Amino acid sequence: MTSTVTESVVSPTTSETDTDTAVAADEVLAELLIEEISIDGMCGVY
Amino acid sequence: MTRYALHPQVGLRDEQFGALAYHYGNRRLTFLNDARLVTVVRTAAEHQDIDDALAAAGVPDGQRPAYLTALQRLHDAEILTCE
Amino acid sequence: MRVTDRMAQGLDAPICLTWELTYGCNLSCVHCLSSSGRRDPRELTTDECASVIDDLAAMKVFYVNIGGGEPTLRPDFWDLLDHAVDRKVGVKFSTNGSRITTAAAARLAATDYVDVQISVDGADAATNDAIRGAGSFDVATTAMRNLADAGFGEFKVSVVVTRDNVGQLDDFLALATGFGAQLRLTRLRPSGRGADVWDDLHVTAEQQRELYQWLLAHPGVLTGDSFFHLSALGEPLPGLNLCGAGRVVCLIDPVGDVYACPFVLHEQFKAGSVRGNGGFPSVWRTSALFQELREPDSAGACASCGSYDACRGGCMAAKFFTGLPLDGPDPECVHGHGEVALLAASSAGSRPSSGPGHTRRGPVPVSIGRRPA
Repeated sequence: MTSTVTESVVSPTTSETDTDTAVAADEVLAELLIEEISIDGMCGVY
Repeated sequence: MTRYALHPQVGLRDEQFGALAYHYGNRRLTFLNDARLVTVVRTAAEHQDIDDALAAAGVPDGQRPAYLTALQRLHDAEILTCE
Repeated sequence: MRVTDRMAQGLDAPICLTWELTYGCNLSCVHCLSSSGRRDPRELTTDECASVIDDLAAMKVFYVNIGGGEPTLRPDFWDLLDHAVDRKVGVKFSTNGSRITTAAAARLAATDYVDVQISVDGADAATNDAIRGAGSFDVATTAMRNLADAGFGEFKVSVVVTRDNVGQLDDFLALATGFGAQLRLTRLRPSGRGADVWDDLHVTAEQQRELYQWLLAHPGVLTGDSFFHLSALGEPLPGLNLCGAGRVVCLIDPVGDVYACPFVLHEQFKAGSVRGNGGFPSVWRTSALFQELREPDSAGACASCGSYDACRGGCMAAKFFTGLPLDGPDPECVHGHGEVALLAASSAGSRPSSGPGHTRRGPVPVSIGRRPA
């Protein structure tokens, strides 16, 4: 099990289409909803 | 029809910001940073379909895609099971 | 990083914590962070320990790291282990292996929610035993063999990185992998008996850079986030990269005192006692020390350094026990600011001390006898 902080990546929008913007907004919102870390990645324990 | 349930090996603990989910098997710790998401996760198994759970939790239609993305990520992380 | 902001402010319950079950130990490792050796007559009783576990379960602490001293020396260790896992408080216990017999290994392999961590500080007997005592390498590797043979699965092999063993990192990895275990490397702090050997044993600046590169190249190796001060060298190491003391972790000591972390067993970092009103939950939630630690950091003397966001000023314990101010550089600051600060501190006076603790006086047993299985 790796000690890794993984955060959901926000897809960069290079296109101006509504769909891309909507997808990017969804990614941002999804990132706000969840963050994930490893329980072995905390200082101060054996 | 997508039906989610909390994985049996996951412990869910309420926090001021939402909840912490710990998977005793893969030892991953996940922050659920939104109270409605926590409600959806807790009640998902009670509904035939995830859309019903989202509606029951008061998720606005416009935000459903985001919540579904988040739920998919929770499934990928084995926090949720799916049938 | 919002996750770390949230964690830095503290949570309603620890995510995990360290619990030293006894100060008794059959070894006398030269760097022991808890200065263990002799049991303390005031240690928590079995009932008091069970009560702590019940509190942790009620707080939904996901898991507890049990150590000491040598936790398996307590006759009630196995019952307490069961008491915890039965309540879904996961346990990882840290041991020198002297009581991990074939029978014990089989019992552990059959137990859910438990993980085992075997301590070694050298990839061969000579290097290891110089720190942990004659025969201790054999005892540890026997325990590893027993766990592997019992089908325990991926236990942990944990190493404190020193000047003398930092050249053996590949060997440590091979040792752990050979037993089906996962390697864990942690930082030597000047804590407990570590204070007496730190000047001689802590890694050099050059060794730190090599260690950092090695860790980047081996992301599967655990560190308990203990090298977050090295993140100032470039790409951050995996982990939260912040001090968890009093925020997401803390320590319960064998007599029930609660400290910010296992590396600061000193009055200044004592938050309270589980024997007080409200027990552990009350200490975690209301102690003045923890409220203070949960205030936002101030960079202090590090404010003008571009690396502060990466290293957060390093380790509180490392600074405290080398006599450095807590709002300044870590003694092993990768930019060398700590070395400068140490020179100033050494002319200013002596370093804080935890005293002899529970270190055994008199001669230490020359070899570690093996108990029958």
